[in-house]
Amino acid sequence: MALNADELAEISRLARREPQPHGAAIEALRAVQRRRGWISDETLGEVAQVLGMTADELDSVATFYNLIFRRPVGRHVVLVCDSVSCWIMGCDELRGGLETRLGIAPGQTTPDGRFTLLPIVCLGACDHAPALMIDGDLHGDLDPAKLDRLLEDYR
Amino acid sequence: MRERPLTRNIRPGRPPPDLAATLRVGGYQAARRALTRMDPAAVIAEVAASGLRGRGGAGFPTGRKWSLLPKAEDRRPRVLVVNADEMEPGTFKDRLLLEGDPHQIIEGALISAFAIGAGTATIFLRAEYTLAAQALAAAIAEAEAGGWLGRDILGSGFSLELRLHVSAGRYICGEETALLSSLEGRRAIPRAKPPYPAASGLWGDPTVVNNVETIANVPHIVANGAEWFRGLARGADGGTKIYGASGRVKRPGAWELPMGTTIREIVEDHAGGMRAGYRLRGLLPGGASTDFLLAEHLDVAMDFASVEKAGSRLGTGTMIILDDRTCPVAMVHNLERFFARESCGWCTPCRDGLPWVERILAAIEAGDGQPDDLALLAWHTQALGPGRTFCAHAPGAMEPLQSGLKHFRADFERHIAEGGCPWK
Repeated sequence: MALNADELAEISRLARREPQPHGAAIEALRAVQRRRGWISDETLGEVAQVLGMTADELDSVATFYNLIFRRPVGRHVVLVCDSVSCWIMGCDELRGGLETRLGIAPGQTTPDGRFTLLPIVCLGACDHAPALMIDGDLHGDLDPAKLDRLLEDYR
Repeated sequence: MRERPLTRNIRPGRPPPDLAATLRVGGYQAARRALTRMDPAAVIAEVAASGLRGRGGAGFPTGRKWSLLPKAEDRRPRVLVVNADEMEPGTFKDRLLLEGDPHQIIEGALISAFAIGAGTATIFLRAEYTLAAQALAAAIAEAEAGGWLGRDILGSGFSLELRLHVSAGRYICGEETALLSSLEGRRAIPRAKPPYPAASGLWGDPTVVNNVETIANVPHIVANGAEWFRGLARGADGGTKIYGASGRVKRPGAWELPMGTTIREIVEDHAGGMRAGYRLRGLLPGGASTDFLLAEHLDVAMDFASVEKAGSRLGTGTMIILDDRTCPVAMVHNLERFFARESCGWCTPCRDGLPWVERILAAIEAGDGQPDDLALLAWHTQALGPGRTFCAHAPGAMEPLQSGLKHFRADFERHIAEGGCPWK
């Protein structure tokens, strides 16, 4: 699906703020991903064109950043912290609980397209470990028993 | 009552003070003083005299960093970057400041930009700090509307455009030159130093990168003076510090305390000691990339020199506690898995060495360790150490490994001898 007029205007606006248009690469990818959920090859090519880059150049940027998704993701993205404080407090059990409930491993999306499960570095919520983030909402002090109720809020 | 300038307006769980509330409690008065009654050199001199050292982990003196910019004859525009890419495992201090009092960060950025003559400033924020992003965006809009950002602020002739850049992940963005690469829309690869950012930073312009907590201190130094700031601390380093503790303590959290507070006070008085049934075995004093300390170090003061003397680094000042029911080998493995995953891949020792370290540790933990694995790990602490890699990422990764091998040697040996993890 081609970029629409709003998206093109937004990318152009971001590019104009920079000394060189490619300076807006990450913000442009984020802006498009906010609407589309992920960055397809077609989308990538069109964004690159607006920024005066080749698709390969932009892809080298896109694939560097773990929160730019180059594959489709579910309606809700679950980021499970696996850094040291959450690890001490039981993030392996938490992730195990998610894998069992969702029937997927990290990096996968549920067949109904509802959830994608991904690992994430320290979320800065070590005082409420173990923690995870769903669609930008931080949840802490978790254990596997709390997951059913938590996931209910994300249909 | 103990002074806590950085967190005095912060009420956890409540929305941050808006501009009107900020002004009511004296916010932006330091900016007014700096912009209308001081010249930039005087602000730099005051900050230098305060002894403020960078709060992001490296501890570089802030006043000196600001003095490294080229002389006025250099006509290139100057740039301030506020490093809000808090991603060091175990660290959650800047989030408190960003979510709790965004106007304090804006005022700090305004005074700092004035001091170094920067017409543009950017707050580089990690993507997952969504509440902080909302708070900062709202506060920046308020400050613009209120005349605290924009053109000719307070009729001083000084103008500042403050931007919020929300990142897209990767720990390495916190490295200041990698951060600049990222701000230019590139892969976040660190740059060769020299030239340092002060000489050639964002788009080649002279640039200063300061941590959030560092910036938050600046208004208070300008308002109350260098001597007051030095008086806040117990030791040689000025000011307060936001310390934190996580792991199996009773009350994990972050607290603003005098710089130089001891580890024992933080763990026992503020974090409430260990949870029932757990004993403190060791700790990382300032995040994942600092050396382990032990229970015998509890009376060490958490200031730059004291922690260094004890064999580690103050780092971010947020400590991670290792308890006696957690396997130290598995903990080191968790840390090295993080560093291996977050290597940017630019230089070979880091890109290939860290995964090697990670796999050796995984094997030891799984019971497949070999007797010479410990020598191999020790070799890596040299081969990936300071001066052997492009940036400080791999050397930082080696700190918990080398100290883990030293302090928990018997645990490593037991894993190999018994062919498994005794904690499982």
